[in-house]
Amino acid sequence: MSKIYIYPKINHSGFPAYTNFRSISFFLALLILWGLLACAAVGCGRDKAAQNLCVAGSTSVQPFAEKLAEEYMRQHPQARIDVQGGGSSAGIYAAQQGAADLGASSRELVKKEKDLQEFPIAYDGIAIIVNKQNPLANLSLGQIRQIFQGRITDWQAFNLKPHPIDIITREEGSGTRNAFEELVMGKQTEITPEALVQDSNGSVREIVANDPYAIGYISMGLVDRRVKALSVDGVAPTRDNVKNHTYKLVRRFLLVARDLKPGLCTSFLNYILSPEGQSLLETEGLVGVGD
Amino acid sequence: MKKELFIERILLFLALSSIGSLLLITVFIFWEGVPLITHTGLKNFLLSSHWAPTRGHFGILAMIISSIFVTLGAMVLGVPLGLACAIVLAEFSPERVKTLLKPTLELLAGIPSVVYGFLGVVWLVPLIRDYLGGPGLSLLAGAIILGIMILPTVISISIDALSAVPDLYRDGSIALGATNWQTVRRVVLPAASSGIITAVILGMGRAIGETMAVIMVAGNALKIPTSILDPVRTLTSNIALELGYATGRHREALFATGIVLFIIIMILNLTATAITRRR
Repeated sequence: MSKIYIYPKINHSGFPAYTNFRSISFFLALLILWGLLACAAVGCGRDKAAQNLCVAGSTSVQPFAEKLAEEYMRQHPQARIDVQGGGSSAGIYAAQQGAADLGASSRELVKKEKDLQEFPIAYDGIAIIVNKQNPLANLSLGQIRQIFQGRITDWQAFNLKPHPIDIITREEGSGTRNAFEELVMGKQTEITPEALVQDSNGSVREIVANDPYAIGYISMGLVDRRVKALSVDGVAPTRDNVKNHTYKLVRRFLLVARDLKPGLCTSFLNYILSPEGQSLLETEGLVGVGD
Repeated sequence: MKKELFIERILLFLALSSIGSLLLITVFIFWEGVPLITHTGLKNFLLSSHWAPTRGHFGILAMIISSIFVTLGAMVLGVPLGLACAIVLAEFSPERVKTLLKPTLELLAGIPSVVYGFLGVVWLVPLIRDYLGGPGLSLLAGAIILGIMILPTVISISIDALSAVPDLYRDGSIALGATNWQTVRRVVLPAASSGIITAVILGMGRAIGETMAVIMVAGNALKIPTSILDPVRTLTSNIALELGYATGRHREALFATGIVLFIIIMILNLTATAITRRR
């Protein structure tokens, strides 16, 4: 075996005798650090002793879940609610595996996932957004489909200045995309491969806000002043129109769980479904489930 | 000497654990990805450009081509710049300038890729959109950002290669009446060529493996690009974009994408090692 020189070989300067002890404790510290890192990688939902709750999933639900958790923790200081993103499928998977207590999904469960309990917490409209400079105010569902299918490729088709349309879509598997495909594209038609793909509502909004020729779709609650939400078939994407079911592009936000544990988990869910939680969601731009 | 043995063992254990993680990653990628390739067939996976994993289409040809183009673009921009920089620093600048500039250039390597991506989005992309057309998020934007990102790799390895050429060669060349530039071009560069090729290949590996910045500036569209202003999706972008949402076959398909990437990078690294060894 090759020699590893850890101690100074020749002790010219008269090193104190505890050098050996020091170097050993250094390596022990290294070992402990290494162990800690390994533990940290294991992730959330392990610490069952404290009042801990882990919610993971849809990036569309995440900002709203964070608001709810923040408010709930303010009222219940002993509770700790950890909200993570990752996407609807990841959230559902985490709930199935028990890695998260609650999974957040912005798409409906598929057959394989039906063993989970689902709790609809809100309705969310999907808004079709264009740049502020775009004079367009309304599109029909069919026109939207043709744009995203790649059939209509130029703004000229709507009597605007001729320029290719920059289509922005979400990535495959995203809850928002899934809902958009279901509500707009139908079973057969696919979104054109020419479309730009962004991985969050925020970056779709960012691009549309900066590109005068872009069109995209985002969660209605996240529309802000920098982009313009179009009417669909003449119906504006407003809360009232979602509530009275005249606006067509609407999906449900779900929380899912393998089995609803009593205690913090149930209490948090009850809080979300309570008038207080629902009104909090309403002020954030969603539409409550209670009617 | 018992303590010494103890520490040796601990070090051995730590060393093995780092190699072990490499092994584990390799096994894991193949374990997760191979079932999909056998399911769709290697030909359908590699030679189809129809990627719609939730509908059962798993062709990654467009992404392979995009990855290659973005990387080549980065090479075209980054290698001449990097090499020129290395030649100036190693051959033509006084020691003081060199000790000042080299660490500064290496700082480039320390900037997180998300910062490059952000700069690209707010500065480069609008520039391309306004002056060259297209949506701005494009192959060109990706290539430019990557070209800058590979500079530190190319420069520092090239400098090492140039500095390794013995001064005897230079002296001999100058003594024969060659100018400084002739010496660099005809003597030093050929003598350092294997090191410079290694630098280029490692830069290539860095470019093809970069993810965050490319996702932010390249647009991630799924078609095979026909112009440098077209948005493209690289292999790495594909994995990072979709992994969060993927389940079942879709997830396997992303790991299979990882296998392809793994093999490409392995080939690049082995080539670089082989060239360095031959020297």
